[in-house]
Amino acid sequence: MTELIIPAIVSCIIAFLTVYLTTPPLIKFLEKKNYTVIDKHKKGQVMIARPGGISIIAGIIVSEIILYAFLQMNEILAVMITTFLAFLIGYVDDRRVMGGWFKPIALAVAALPIILLGAYDSDLAFPLFGEVKIPLLYLAVIILMIPITGNTINSIDVLNGVASGFMIITSFSLSIALFILQNYEIAIVSLPLGFVSLAFYKYHKIPSKIFPGDSGALTWGAMYGAIAIVGQVEIVAAIALLPAVINSFLFLASTKKIVEHREIKAKPVEITEEFKLKASTNKKAPISLVRLIVSSQPLSEKQVTFVIFKLATFSGILAVITSFLMLIKI
Amino acid sequence: MIATPIFIFILAMWILIILGGGILVLTIAPISISGFGEFDMILSSGFKAIIAIILVMAWILILLKMKKGIFHKMLKF
Repeated sequence: MTELIIPAIVSCIIAFLTVYLTTPPLIKFLEKKNYTVIDKHKKGQVMIARPGGISIIAGIIVSEIILYAFLQMNEILAVMITTFLAFLIGYVDDRRVMGGWFKPIALAVAALPIILLGAYDSDLAFPLFGEVKIPLLYLAVIILMIPITGNTINSIDVLNGVASGFMIITSFSLSIALFILQNYEIAIVSLPLGFVSLAFYKYHKIPSKIFPGDSGALTWGAMYGAIAIVGQVEIVAAIALLPAVINSFLFLASTKKIVEHREIKAKPVEITEEFKLKASTNKKAPISLVRLIVSSQPLSEKQVTFVIFKLATFSGILAVITSFLMLIKI
Repeated sequence: MIATPIFIFILAMWILIILGGGILVLTIAPISISGFGEFDMILSSGFKAIIAIILVMAWILILLKMKKGIFHKMLKF
């Protein structure tokens, strides 16, 4: 355990600094190249640089290479390659408008390095009840996990600072769970995810200077899913992600098909004259987490963001409790 | 509080995950098909997959019912 302290500290500092220092020049570069999008929740035509996924992946890759130099684990390689492939998929989607099925299928392919490098255990562990051996079925779990976590994080990237703030809370919850379960090496591998998100949050919080884009959101989601698999904390990871899972669940339950957000004509929330968010009264509009939050009264973007962070913290606490329950067998 | 029903929904999902996991372990773990030689593992995995899919579908149906119950007032759009 003590021999892991130095790699952990070095990788976390490098992860944080890489994103913290590379994001401002990235913003300038993207603005110069006119790679910007309108922030629809702000007065006037406020243009925001996108995608910030470039600095996020830089932070992850540099810190994980450092960890690999210290620990030389196949699990680190699997997490790195899967995350990088997810970044490329997101980057393609940032540059070109792809169909609704592109990301789930491409992200399933991005999960293959985990299988090919053998960086998984086919036992699925549940709290209180123990494990279940599913050697072949677990391959399907891996293939499904990365598209689900990738798209789930992407779907929560709706307001300034939400995706990065949400990732800070969820990824640190997952790291704490891994420490509780005494899976110290993977816990350390997971820490850069939280520190990368923390550094990016500085520029993503209200008022955003940069958006992560699909490349950023898929990078976060795929790394989160990959850590859940290699760390054997799939159930804990799913619990920490519950607010985003609810968002996707409500959206899918109301649209009844996989669609890109840009394809939705009736938006779930509208903007008032005071630039507050209010629930759409259009019955055809999909249900989303934000629409539920603002259903009783219009709220400012900051207020909605705060509610989502409270929900994420609640889920994070449940995830940590679940990790304690994993240690108990009835 | 604005988001109380959402907190309740998250708590209900958490309980369902733990209970669902228990059912999965109790029903799937003991399954072991033998007598088909090299196909034993494929057959038992297929059987386990069918049970898992049924349980997931049941989980989604319960969630849909819960969604209507918990978000009843919020969903009057």
